[in-house]
Amino acid sequence: MAIELKMPALSPTMEQGTLAKWLKQEGDRIEPGDIIAEIETDKATMEFEAIDEGVLEKIMVAAGTEDVAVGTVIALITGEGEEPSSSEAPTEERAEKPAPEKTEETEKKENAKSADEPLKARAEPARDPAIPEGTSLTSTTVREALRDAMAEEMRADRRVFVMGEEVAEYQGAYKVTQGLLAEFGPKRVIDTPITEYGFAGIGTGAAMGGLRPIVEFMTFNFAMQAIDHIINSAAKTNYMSGGQMRCPIVFRGPNGAASRVGAQHSQNYGPWYASVPGLIVIAPYDAADAKGLMKAAIRCEDPVVFLENELVYGRSFDVPDLDDYVLPIGKARVVREGTDVTIVTYSIGVGLALDAAATLADEGIDAEVIDLRTLRPLDKQTVLESLAKTNRLIVAEEGWPTCSIASEIIAICMEEGFDHLDAPVLRVCNEDVPLPYAANLEKLALIDAARIAETARKVCYK
Amino acid sequence: MAKQPAKTPAKAKTAAPAGEDTDFLLHSLQDAFEAKKRYAASDAEMLEFYRQMLLIRRFEEKAGQLYGLGLIGGFCHLYIGQEAVAIGLQSALDNDRDSVITGYRDHGHMLAYGIDPKVIMAELTGREAGISKGKGGSMHMFSTEHKFYGGHGIVGAQVALGGGLALAHQYNEDGGICLAYFGDGAANQGQVYETFNMAALWNLPIVFVVEDNQYAMGTSTKRSSAETRFYRRGTSFRIPGMEVNGMDVLEVRAAAEIAFAHVREGKGPVLMECNTYRFRGHSMSDPAKYRTREEVQDQRDHHDPIERLKKTLIEGGKAEDELKAIDKAIRAEVAEAADFAESSPEPRPGELYTDVLVGEY
Repeated sequence: MAIELKMPALSPTMEQGTLAKWLKQEGDRIEPGDIIAEIETDKATMEFEAIDEGVLEKIMVAAGTEDVAVGTVIALITGEGEEPSSSEAPTEERAEKPAPEKTEETEKKENAKSADEPLKARAEPARDPAIPEGTSLTSTTVREALRDAMAEEMRADRRVFVMGEEVAEYQGAYKVTQGLLAEFGPKRVIDTPITEYGFAGIGTGAAMGGLRPIVEFMTFNFAMQAIDHIINSAAKTNYMSGGQMRCPIVFRGPNGAASRVGAQHSQNYGPWYASVPGLIVIAPYDAADAKGLMKAAIRCEDPVVFLENELVYGRSFDVPDLDDYVLPIGKARVVREGTDVTIVTYSIGVGLALDAAATLADEGIDAEVIDLRTLRPLDKQTVLESLAKTNRLIVAEEGWPTCSIASEIIAICMEEGFDHLDAPVLRVCNEDVPLPYAANLEKLALIDAARIAETARKVCYK
Repeated sequence: MAKQPAKTPAKAKTAAPAGEDTDFLLHSLQDAFEAKKRYAASDAEMLEFYRQMLLIRRFEEKAGQLYGLGLIGGFCHLYIGQEAVAIGLQSALDNDRDSVITGYRDHGHMLAYGIDPKVIMAELTGREAGISKGKGGSMHMFSTEHKFYGGHGIVGAQVALGGGLALAHQYNEDGGICLAYFGDGAANQGQVYETFNMAALWNLPIVFVVEDNQYAMGTSTKRSSAETRFYRRGTSFRIPGMEVNGMDVLEVRAAAEIAFAHVREGKGPVLMECNTYRFRGHSMSDPAKYRTREEVQDQRDHHDPIERLKKTLIEGGKAEDELKAIDKAIRAEVAEAADFAESSPEPRPGELYTDVLVGEY
């Protein structure tokens, strides 16, 4: 019986990839360890190795096919001593096969797309009113937007440099710094050893010495080793020195849960850093905000913690084609206007909240969605204005509920918005447990659109 | 049996840093130092060293008094006994280019820059006229004008931050070096070695100085450190070490000349151990049960860096009266600083909210 070769997942978050190239052709003998194909993800190009031996009987997905879902059968191998089922006319078939396969694949893709499309279109954040009318837009991934922001600021200011693990030659563990080494050279794109406490301190010292470092943490989980410098050295120095010594530094990297990476690699540090006076904390969702706020962060005279999200890196959004797109720090954005209930959220929660809002709309509940964008200083005004309009508010946060951004928003609503409340403010967060590995348990632990919608219904008494 | 160092592939390089020098010796700088251990100071230089060390001594004695009177609060770590280290090293710096960073025992390092004792004392008393507007205190003082970057209260943090200052010197190609002080206690912090690694790897212009005063708070180096000869601790990072008598300002200065020249030539970091002793407690609230009275008295009687220099000066023909006159002038200066610090106003309540952030958002 033929062995099915399936599109492999090459990283914890990979859902699809491009079948870049077949290195074996139909009819070729395959030994375990042979490289059969090259597969490209949004992060890297990887080689796909055979683990079985036999003959490559049939290529199911042609080279160059994009968006091949993980698990799709891409080829068949006939095992040792088995009769290849299509051995009669190999030359002809080889010439003909790819075409029909391709059509089938494309069709599948199109079907999937049309099913997704309406929801996706509804769940896109509204266009930022800050973008001038008539500005052309380019679809850009969050990953590219972040890179573009860094590159633009590095071109404009020679004091700006990037340091971190794998940022240079490897092109970034999550490919965010891709291409920077080639443009700016090793002096300004610095690979560090795995030594978070040390390089966070060196970056902080360099900022004190007049440079503008961007320190990348491979993920913010590892910044726990460096948190002393972020808080005790970077955040407090301006105050302790009576305004003499500044620390203009950006600490950036992915934050929050990724996918199936377990408790130590899945945590939202937003509430941690947002509790510290002296820090700016930014957590954008879409690509335009990622770009505009990253540029603002690099120019900022204060230390900035810039929290990205691995699951969002590969998502594409429209980014305005402006020479210098810089957004204000400390301003939330109404990403969906509504009248019945306000959903306050940030980072990956924005996408989930928009999905929930779409579901609620079908039920006749018109939800307003606010993306906080900056967690410190928090834009209380936008939250309270929305509360005054809808009189009902929930907070959706991909993170633990205890001492969270959600807790803070609830406190603000109690202190300053009490008279506008028609229902208690509720929070919908992750479960209050370390994030489990098992797929079903992980799913149970994390917030999702359904839970956000359910919580919104509760405060609407529906 | 000693292992042969692995041959590193040829790389582009400017100078010959320790990391690529196959003849690297831990003792390369120490050998040069041993050959000429005391700096040949001119009379004027020696008098200036004396004046500066004495200023630190009298300032710290006064700070101790003010603490006793309740005018200085919190933690207050005095530098008495260690004066030769800061003066010997900082007198050899190029103040237009070089930077300095240290831990919480920082009054002496600031005075070594010639920063007005008034604004330092006023910081200790928490007054608006203090160098940090009264918001930093004893452990958190800075003077970016003098390229003095603090004054850090977290033990060992200044070492990594100093690495960053050195990176900025290298990045800006300003020819400056960073002098990063830390104690024998901080020498056991992990980030010190993380910094050693990167400083050597990147050939950063930095001199690491361990001020070994023999006690990390109440724990002697013997009880805390598997290797108490701290200058050796750079070996595994190929950082040359130097062992210096930190109670002799002329020795410290001679060592500084050698270390600074090495670093300034682009040969990478140096680790210097200055053996010293604090005559007072770790901080003002030190029960001093961990060492004997006799031990302290012996240090005061036989190793006082100020007395040592005084002896050299008198042997060189200086009159005792001249030295007494210097002391008198310093006492007056310190008394004036104390009066200023006592009488100047506390920060206005509105200062509570200033300087948290630079920008407005």
